[in-house]
Amino acid sequence: MNAIATPQAAPQPPIHEPNYLVVENTVRSWLLTTDHKRIGILYMISITLFFLVGGAAATLMRLNLLTPQGALVTSTTYNKLFTIHGVIMVWFFLIPSVPTVIGNFVLPMMLGARDVAFPRLNLASWYLFVGGGAFALWAIIAGGVDTGWTFYTPYSSTYANGHVIAMATGIFIAGFGSIATGLNFIVTVHKMRAPGLTWHKLPLFVWSMYSTSVILVLATPVLAITLVLMALERAFGIGIFDPAIGGDPLLFQHLFWFYSHPAVYIMILPGMGVVSEIIACFSRKAVFGYYFVAYSSVAIAVLGFVVWGHHMFVSSQSIYAGMVFSILSFLVSIPSAIKVFNWTATLYRGSIWFQTPFLYVLGFIGLFTIGGLTGLFLAALAVDVHLTDTYFVIAHFHYIMVGGMVMAYLGGLHYWWPKISGRMYPELLAKLSALFIFAGFNLTFFPQFILGYLGMPRRYHAYAPEFQVLNVLSTAGASILAIGYFLPLAYFLWSLRYGKVAGRNPWNATGLEWTTDSPPPKHNFAVVPVVTEPPYAYDPVAAEEALAAERKQREPAYVR
Amino acid sequence: MNSIKPYVMVTGALFVLLVITVSAAYVNLGALNTPVAMLISLSKASLIVLFFMHVRHSNPLIHIFVLVGFFWLGIMLTLSLSDFLTRHP
Amino acid sequence: MSAESPVAHQFEDATQQREAATLGMWVFLATEVLFFGAMFLGYTVYRLKYPEVFRLASEHTIIVIGTINTGILLLSSFTMVLAVRAAEYKRRLALITFLCITALFGIAFLVLKGFEYTQEIHEGLFPGSHFQFTEADPYTARMFFYLYFLMTGVHALHVTIGVIMLGIFALRAMLTLKLERLSTAVDLLGLYWHFVDIVWVFLFPLIYLVDRHS
Repeated sequence: MNAIATPQAAPQPPIHEPNYLVVENTVRSWLLTTDHKRIGILYMISITLFFLVGGAAATLMRLNLLTPQGALVTSTTYNKLFTIHGVIMVWFFLIPSVPTVIGNFVLPMMLGARDVAFPRLNLASWYLFVGGGAFALWAIIAGGVDTGWTFYTPYSSTYANGHVIAMATGIFIAGFGSIATGLNFIVTVHKMRAPGLTWHKLPLFVWSMYSTSVILVLATPVLAITLVLMALERAFGIGIFDPAIGGDPLLFQHLFWFYSHPAVYIMILPGMGVVSEIIACFSRKAVFGYYFVAYSSVAIAVLGFVVWGHHMFVSSQSIYAGMVFSILSFLVSIPSAIKVFNWTATLYRGSIWFQTPFLYVLGFIGLFTIGGLTGLFLAALAVDVHLTDTYFVIAHFHYIMVGGMVMAYLGGLHYWWPKISGRMYPELLAKLSALFIFAGFNLTFFPQFILGYLGMPRRYHAYAPEFQVLNVLSTAGASILAIGYFLPLAYFLWSLRYGKVAGRNPWNATGLEWTTDSPPPKHNFAVVPVVTEPPYAYDPVAAEEALAAERKQREPAYVR
Repeated sequence: MNSIKPYVMVTGALFVLLVITVSAAYVNLGALNTPVAMLISLSKASLIVLFFMHVRHSNPLIHIFVLVGFFWLGIMLTLSLSDFLTRHP
Repeated sequence: MSAESPVAHQFEDATQQREAATLGMWVFLATEVLFFGAMFLGYTVYRLKYPEVFRLASEHTIIVIGTINTGILLLSSFTMVLAVRAAEYKRRLALITFLCITALFGIAFLVLKGFEYTQEIHEGLFPGSHFQFTEADPYTARMFFYLYFLMTGVHALHVTIGVIMLGIFALRAMLTLKLERLSTAVDLLGLYWHFVDIVWVFLFPLIYLVDRHS
């Protein structure tokens, strides 16, 4: 089997320590852990809980939109629902998702390290996340916020009723948690690679995580100060965003989007890293164009910082600035497209193995492409005037964030689940869930492209009657999607007790994380791995030959 | 032990630059007043970064991170001003 | 460099640990550049929009205090460098002395700042409900003073944190048996302190020296 997949370093010798899950089992040992793997689990549980909150808000929204009058909730409540949905899903689910769960767990192991550079800072980042989340949940329970997740002034700073400052405080605190995570990853990648692991031998997931960390570290501080400024203006009635006193609301938007556009790249880059890992393993082939994929991650991180004005085309921003941002927005699509081409080229003449992670990744490539292409529509100034603030925009970013990133997160969870838990999930049920998610997703969001094009505005609790059919389809899709999301929750839990024992490398993959036990011991490795091979040293030809030999064995006697 | 002389000289230079900054503010240089003041600040900052923060002797990776922060600030200022400065009055 | 802090389990050796810590601090300082930078953007936008008002408002800042404070911070950076040097050469008394002097400079800065703020509040320049400004549109002038109190306030908060850390480190330097354990930490605190100085170096002309020649 090793002809098919040559691991980057020699497999670890037999390890006789207890694994990280059982080595200590007091509550204190979990809540005060500095083990990156346990911190990853803590994050996994927390973000799942937040996903349920954000999902509940979405459910209520979609139920309300079954009828044009929107009779389920009042307009104020609806405004609160989409605000909660946005805030929770962006800051408390998607931004942490792959980085803090999969990244925390797998990144140090991919580098051959025993932990991240600053383990206590890692734990602190989780507490900052949870602390911020507590403020946000309190703001929701105490009555909610109706400004939208974008907190535009002067509505948020002057006129809104609701717990804006509490919500902003929650995001502020959680933001520092993500800065801490990004800082930790940057230093870890620079300083803690195993002997022989040069930059150009790194798995592409590491390149993605590094690029994401750069964005986290440079963009989030601006969000922090912007929220402070908005809160001060709201609390004291003086500030710089209120036009009544000579301020400029667009200053808020520039500051907000300077963070929030790169934030969407924080939300997609890690998923792209996961896709690279899974595609290589399940096509038994090295990712095509390694350097292109690696450096396109860096390019996305850099270019992502110069396009934020495309969220402000109709805000009364200068038209010349609009043109500049429009051109730059077209440019930023190029590195993403490069990745999609390279992933597709990886599949060509690969030896395809249709396992659940691979299904999710195929879904990602298709849906992300649709989402990305529709982004180009929106980047065109003139077209954006028609489409802005319609359901087209909503469909666009949900295709990327849900069709793309959430699928990548689920794919990554399935791929690394054996390593995390030592167990396999049930394959047939998992494939079925993936199909539910894919079908449900498309039924939910494709009609929204049409709705947006036809002119249905976003953030409206009621709509013109001619849009009802498409809205009903969308809500129907959402119910299928919901089933698809609950199934993995159930069977992952089931697998902890009843799943097949996984062994070190159930996928016969090449990364360093697969050379050690599943689940790993507390310090990951018994001996420091020495890297001699490039990443993705798969041989698709050998894989096909092995499969052919196996098929020949299984043929009945009268055929042979 | 290394001599403290370089540090003394840098401190001296910083004070000289401080005197220049304040004095220049009292001279009418028209539109150049602000750029001059900012250039002097940049020189002071560079001296502090290179000598007090030991960046002169540190590895290139540190150099990159020092520049990255300021470069990114530059991006934020430049592109935002591309809006504010090109609006119709 | 002799052995310093015990090497944490995730690192191979002390050198890797120190390099990682230093890089980590620089990454943190990069985040601080963006954090302060957003406020500098706000300042820039309104200075370009209301140059006359900013000019007039700036004349009400107390340039003597501002200049002295700049000098104090520059001197404090000098003594901080000496403290870092003392830590590196394991000279305990010198380390404690320079940490304390640096902290005292920081306190002097804050005291002068407090005095300055008090003066400005008495003149009705605090951007609250009692703000008064006769020479120009009060709303716009109020924005200058809002930015002034905000930016110098956030800066003063950073100075305060620095002073507290200096005090803690001076105590550790007094009490610890193994001085070499402090070498990296003092170095990193130095980086932080110099950064806070640099922020002030840029802030000073923008607040106090908008136009002193008219």
